[in-house]
Amino acid sequence: MPGLKDLVFLGLAGFTLISAAGVAFSRKIIYSGFSLLGTFAGAAGLFVLLSSDFIAVTQVLIYVGGVTILVLFAIMLTSGIGDVKITNQSINYKVAIPIVGGLAIFLISLLSGGTWQQKEPEVFQSMVTPIGNALLKDYLLPFEIISLVLLGALVGAVVIVKREVR
Amino acid sequence: MVTLNSYLIVTAILFSLGLYNVISRRNAVGILMGVELILNAASINLVAFSHFNGNDIAGNVFALFLIVLAASEAAVALAIVVSIYKQFGTIDVEEATTLKG
Repeated sequence: MPGLKDLVFLGLAGFTLISAAGVAFSRKIIYSGFSLLGTFAGAAGLFVLLSSDFIAVTQVLIYVGGVTILVLFAIMLTSGIGDVKITNQSINYKVAIPIVGGLAIFLISLLSGGTWQQKEPEVFQSMVTPIGNALLKDYLLPFEIISLVLLGALVGAVVIVKREVR
Repeated sequence: MVTLNSYLIVTAILFSLGLYNVISRRNAVGILMGVELILNAASINLVAFSHFNGNDIAGNVFALFLIVLAASEAAVALAIVVSIYKQFGTIDVEEATTLKG
């Protein structure tokens, strides 16, 4: 008798994987872009199920709200959408499917066999306070460095796009 | 019963789909989407290990940094893609061969 948690997990995992398959196998790049939205949303649901509420909210804010929009903008900036030439031609089917299929089967057989030492917490507890404490105590230096990385990425992206070519 | 292994299997499939995307696409934006799928699988894995280790905080913090780095990577890479499109008029990765020796 599967519990409610199992059903929710199955639904979220199925949603995530079906959207990811849409990203991988769509004929048109714009459909891939919209499927990416579903993958990120499903991953946010999985984060909630893993009792990481803060990571889930971050995922929704940054991926669903930011990266997907950025990808869609890049698709629309670089090509006419209906153009045949820019659709999502895939090459190397014959190379990619054996490699990736073999890897997937290997990983799944490996992971379904072993058992891990697990201590799952019984009750849901918010992770916001522990993450805040950890960021400002143990992980203060990475936290500060990552702000420099973000600043560099921001300025770098603007500079790269703005430069006049030719 | 949902165990750690179920999450690991889901993320293994997600990783494989991302890798397939990276190998088989010619469109540079498509390749970037594959990279995003791979990074997402990795961060779900980190949070899953953290959760099944009694809500250990280290995995959560690491996943947070991973998300931030992936976002900045996406911004810079898409800027490069737009720049390549201005230069070559296409984003087919097999056409941009100026650096080829």
